[in-house]
Amino acid sequence: MRIEPRTRSSRALTFGVPVLSALIALALAAVPLAFAGANVFTAYGEMARGVFGSMFAVSEMLTRATPLIFTGLAAALAFRAKLWNIGAEGQLYLGAMAAVAVGAGWIDAPGLVLIPLIILAGCAAGAAGMALPAMLKTRFGADEVVTTLLLNFVILIFLQMMLEGPLQDPMGLGWPQSSPILDQGMLPPLMERMRLHSGLIIALVCAVVAQFMLARSVWGFRLRAVGENAAAARHAGIRVNRSLMSVALVSGALAGMAGVSEVAGLKGYLTSDLSPGFGYTGIVVAMLAGLNPLGVVVSAIFIASVFVGADSMSRAMGVSSYLADLVVAMSLLCVLIGGFFARFRITRVRPGQESAA
Amino acid sequence: MDILQILVSESFWAASLRIATPLIFGVLGALLCEKSGVLNLGIEGIFVAGAMAGWMAVWLGLGLWGGVIVAASAGAFFGLIHAILTVPLGLSQHVSGLGVTLFATSVSYFTYRTALPNVSSPPRIEPFRALDIPILSDLPILGPVLFQQTALTWLAFLCVGLVWYVMNRTALGVALKAVGDNPSSVDAQGLSVYALRMGAVIAGSALMALGGAFLTMSAFDAFFFGMVNGRGWICIALVIFASWRPGKALLGALLFGAFDALQVRLQTEVGALVPGQVFLMAPYILSIIALVIAARSADYPRALLTPWFKGQR
Repeated sequence: MRIEPRTRSSRALTFGVPVLSALIALALAAVPLAFAGANVFTAYGEMARGVFGSMFAVSEMLTRATPLIFTGLAAALAFRAKLWNIGAEGQLYLGAMAAVAVGAGWIDAPGLVLIPLIILAGCAAGAAGMALPAMLKTRFGADEVVTTLLLNFVILIFLQMMLEGPLQDPMGLGWPQSSPILDQGMLPPLMERMRLHSGLIIALVCAVVAQFMLARSVWGFRLRAVGENAAAARHAGIRVNRSLMSVALVSGALAGMAGVSEVAGLKGYLTSDLSPGFGYTGIVVAMLAGLNPLGVVVSAIFIASVFVGADSMSRAMGVSSYLADLVVAMSLLCVLIGGFFARFRITRVRPGQESAA
Repeated sequence: MDILQILVSESFWAASLRIATPLIFGVLGALLCEKSGVLNLGIEGIFVAGAMAGWMAVWLGLGLWGGVIVAASAGAFFGLIHAILTVPLGLSQHVSGLGVTLFATSVSYFTYRTALPNVSSPPRIEPFRALDIPILSDLPILGPVLFQQTALTWLAFLCVGLVWYVMNRTALGVALKAVGDNPSSVDAQGLSVYALRMGAVIAGSALMALGGAFLTMSAFDAFFFGMVNGRGWICIALVIFASWRPGKALLGALLFGAFDALQVRLQTEVGALVPGQVFLMAPYILSIIALVIAARSADYPRALLTPWFKGQR
């Protein structure tokens, strides 16, 4: 047997592989479902009903997908340049803290001024959170995987410090939560009596812009060149460190925006459980999308469906809701293997031929 | 001075050793994987799997050493997944490792919740007890510090010696280091790069799982959600700090344990002056600083992160 790269990757493969991988992951989830003693078909029926059964269900699913689009884009862009930003979770909280700091009464301005200020502050904070690891990488060669991961813990502890200190709601009876964002600072809702908010629109715009920048701009070209072969890019006169720094800032800003969207679009105030791991799930979203910004939207919707669907299924069937995490993890592993078969073919080699390689 | 009082107290050193034990297992495991050229970010999830599997085996009545074996097997299983994805398939070691962490964590949590659907307080098991060796335990200071530890701490020390011996005194160790530096040279000698790398990842992952097992079977006597809490990631930083040497890995883990034990004690002393969170942050910030300092002189395995395919240059 021999592994050789496919000379050209067909369109069907690029799009088919992630879809197939996601379906295989869902099918594999039948094993733990049966293990938990549930009827597999009823369970999947409940799951589908929980996602598509009503307007409310769809709106809940899209609400869940919104932060995942932001964190998915944050991972996808950085990973394209082979900058492994694993710190989106921390950057999300930095964005949320900045949003609350600006929006919860510090500035009393009309919404047209306040909302952009909140967004700007959140993005800047997220970008700052990624700037440090990127600088440590370009200056000192410190591996960004480890630094961004460790910073997640530092930021979470810092968040608790802020929520018990400067950011604490004086009217909150001592709970570690922030004051609420002013009414005019909240991102407007998209539908009556639903939680879906205009953060989704911002996320979609970001995805389209990211796609355009990546595919058509000089910035995107440099970024892809650095990701494919940093040495060759340097040889071709691309300032690799500058490229890495710029994508780091954009990636951090997008992750920060996820925090802004959750706190100013949905919750209204900040607590330390704002994100159930959106930063980490964003990595799965990005991989499932093949690091393609528009694909991120589709895969964020898929992952959000799994979470929302599994939630309602676990309520209906009495199965642990950790099943959703399990499906998401299996999707990632399946798409990794699928991606391999999209890029390589395995050919049989007769014994005598082996040495010819 | 308060710090001096802390530094000469037996309980402080005993606690340092206790905190260091899971890290020793984790750093050794990560070191073994990385020496062969494979970064294993599955470590955080493998810790959870080891903690869960070991606890559950004891709870089901397999005995403490049965639990240790089950935990190591669970680690080896998740190591096998990472090994298949990264060695013959040559996929991104970063992403595969994170995938293994997500998978191992969710499998463990799901299994725990499925086995115990409606339990509010986690069921306890009878954990490893401190080894009490008659004459040695009566030694001043050293006695109580060393002999307040359980068998797993001793196993961790034993593993440091074992890994050092294998790496520096055996043909296998030479091959292992070569496969992480220059896999083609190993292939040219007729050895299998795939087998060596996969073996190292599986063995390393089994060691990591013992770190998790220590948490449920020695440090605490139950399994909790979120109990691993970043210990795996700390190990990844410690490997770089140790510049891939088992002896320095032991030193790094002990230093870290001592620092962690110190911060708990300092927190009660000067808690009024500084918010407690500053002390909680310190280990992570110190890890980052150590990383930056070590990165300059790091003697890292040359082929780390680089997949190798037979028949390709």
